[in-house]
Amino acid sequence: MSELSYRDALNQALNEEMSRDANVFLMGEEVARYNGAYKVSQGLLDKFGSARVVDAPISELGFAGLGVGAAMVGLRPVIEMMTWNFAILAMDQIVNNAAKLRHMSGGQLRCPIVFRGPGGAGGRLSSQHSQALEAHYVHCPGLKVVAPATPADAKGLLKSAIRDDNPIVFIEGELLYGVKGDVPDGEHLVPIGKADIKRPGDQVTIITWSRMLLWYVNEAAQKLADQGISAEVLDLRTLRPLDEEAILTSVRKTNRVVIVEEGWPLASVGATLTDLIQREAFDDLDAPVQRVTGLDINMSYAANLEAATQPSVERIIAAVNQVLYR
Amino acid sequence: MHSPELLLRMYRKMVLLRKFEERAGQAYGLKKIQGFCHLYIGQEAVAVGTHEALRPDDYMLTGYRDHAHPLARGADPGMLMAELFGKATGYSKGKGGSMHLFDIEHHFYGGYGIVGGQIPLAAGMAFASRYRNEDRVTVCFFGDAAANQGAFHETLNMAAKWKLPVIYVCENNRYGMGTDIRRVSAEPEIAKRAIGYNMRGESVDGMDVLKVFELVKECAIDCRKGRGPVLIEAHTYRFRGHSMSDAATYRSKEEVEEERKSDPIPKLRDEIVLRKIADDAKLDAIDAEVKKECEEAVAFAEASFEPGLEELQHDTWVAPGEADQRPRERVRGVKVEWPSYPSGDQLKVSWELEPKAGHLSVVKEGAKR
Repeated sequence: MSELSYRDALNQALNEEMSRDANVFLMGEEVARYNGAYKVSQGLLDKFGSARVVDAPISELGFAGLGVGAAMVGLRPVIEMMTWNFAILAMDQIVNNAAKLRHMSGGQLRCPIVFRGPGGAGGRLSSQHSQALEAHYVHCPGLKVVAPATPADAKGLLKSAIRDDNPIVFIEGELLYGVKGDVPDGEHLVPIGKADIKRPGDQVTIITWSRMLLWYVNEAAQKLADQGISAEVLDLRTLRPLDEEAILTSVRKTNRVVIVEEGWPLASVGATLTDLIQREAFDDLDAPVQRVTGLDINMSYAANLEAATQPSVERIIAAVNQVLYR
Repeated sequence: MHSPELLLRMYRKMVLLRKFEERAGQAYGLKKIQGFCHLYIGQEAVAVGTHEALRPDDYMLTGYRDHAHPLARGADPGMLMAELFGKATGYSKGKGGSMHLFDIEHHFYGGYGIVGGQIPLAAGMAFASRYRNEDRVTVCFFGDAAANQGAFHETLNMAAKWKLPVIYVCENNRYGMGTDIRRVSAEPEIAKRAIGYNMRGESVDGMDVLKVFELVKECAIDCRKGRGPVLIEAHTYRFRGHSMSDAATYRSKEEVEEERKSDPIPKLRDEIVLRKIADDAKLDAIDAEVKKECEEAVAFAEASFEPGLEELQHDTWVAPGEADQRPRERVRGVKVEWPSYPSGDQLKVSWELEPKAGHLSVVKEGAKR
């Protein structure tokens, strides 16, 4: 094990996969000479050269599509979106082309591409730069959506994503880049589509992913433990395809569920999880599923409004108390 | 002077495109083909002239008016028609339909339904060729209206800056659906837009297959030499509506009649007869042969089955280890050549997309925005 930041874990994954496979290249805004807006690509230009680490113009639609085209003929592009907010400009290429090529061509083409970059609130950035947009992509067949919370998962999942033959939406946590954690030494792969129990427990399941785990859920679970409540924390890690087995196994064990997500409540990943759980595990539930989400409003700049818009330890504990009828 | 074989091949192909689509139009009237169906009739010189100027292994892709291009490349007409009919024997097993034809065996990388959406893809394919140090060219067709999409401008900028081997062919048929391109374009001469990206821009009579052929051939040489992309504006005209459901009330009958006088097929036929390459009897025989081929294509599509419902389980994701579908192997049982790429440890990337040093010295503090 080595202690690495989330940023350095991602950097290692890129470095290792680019060393292993010359078909892998990285393209995005500021990825080369600037070494990445968030320094994820630090040192890669020097090592791999300007054809494999490419500074793109600010043309998200254009270079996302360029990546898709390169993937159609055998390369394995990693397209960095400076943030997922800007990827809205590229959604046509991600949703209309990357996600549909295999289908439209009747299996003649594949599109092994990773679109990656930070999502979620970044800290005092107001509404256009503080969005958790994973539901947009989770909605679309043909895409896989990954959102790691820890450095170890970030590294292992990015390596798996680069090796996958399908288009992957890889959402990093904008506030997670500096977070440190243990990462296994040597070749470390985390399979896509597998959730992970980050804390075992037996009285309530808290399902979450990405930054919510480290920011709020871990602390809430510890406080609950201090009160004698045993919460199981399930980190989904991959949002499409969902690890239904892991979700239902935990629900059948604890019989109570709280879902914590950064995004908005309507038509969200949490809403879909709730649907899955009530359909597949209705008889195992001892209380209605509770959800803690970002408020159904746009993000403010003011520190107090920004904090109050997001989930909190208090709201999570309140939701757990509700499903436990405490 | 163009060889007799080339002229006859072009003639046969243009007639094939025309008759295939006339058949498709009829089938649409009979509700055998449904949904959107955009005919290329009138524009045949662009696809055929371009294809003949390329190597078979060059990449090609286009928008949703896409029946002609794979036919020009050598796709199986029966399997294309079957795709339009929504049958299992179609190129995409009936999953793509009229707007999404793909024939990877013949390096035709698709028809795309979002206006201009294929333009960045072509740059990516050309990027891959450059990355692998191949001398392959990518040709991307699009309509006049696509030149007003952001994707067009974003991509031309990158393609020119990185000198990507891609030829963009704008099939300017004057109307984006029902809107005259001049009504919505500050600069309706699309070739001129190349200047803004410091790339070569050319304009050509798209109703003259030989002129298209000559220009594309010359541009492809340039491209292969690494001189960067080219924008070609081919002035053409569609004799039918935007799609099968378009009555085309936005243009006069007189205008269409006038344009029909420039029909590229009789024009080439006259040239062939004039040069005594073939007489009318021989050309009529070609027409009859092609007509039969198209009838057979329709019969094949008619006789084919719809895809099985188990197909719903396939082609959303690639499963680990899953091979790509090779349509003619699947349908016709013939062995086909399929593109293959160097593995990650064989490939050596020698391309330097930007110079290594000296880049910062030219940027003066005062020049920053």
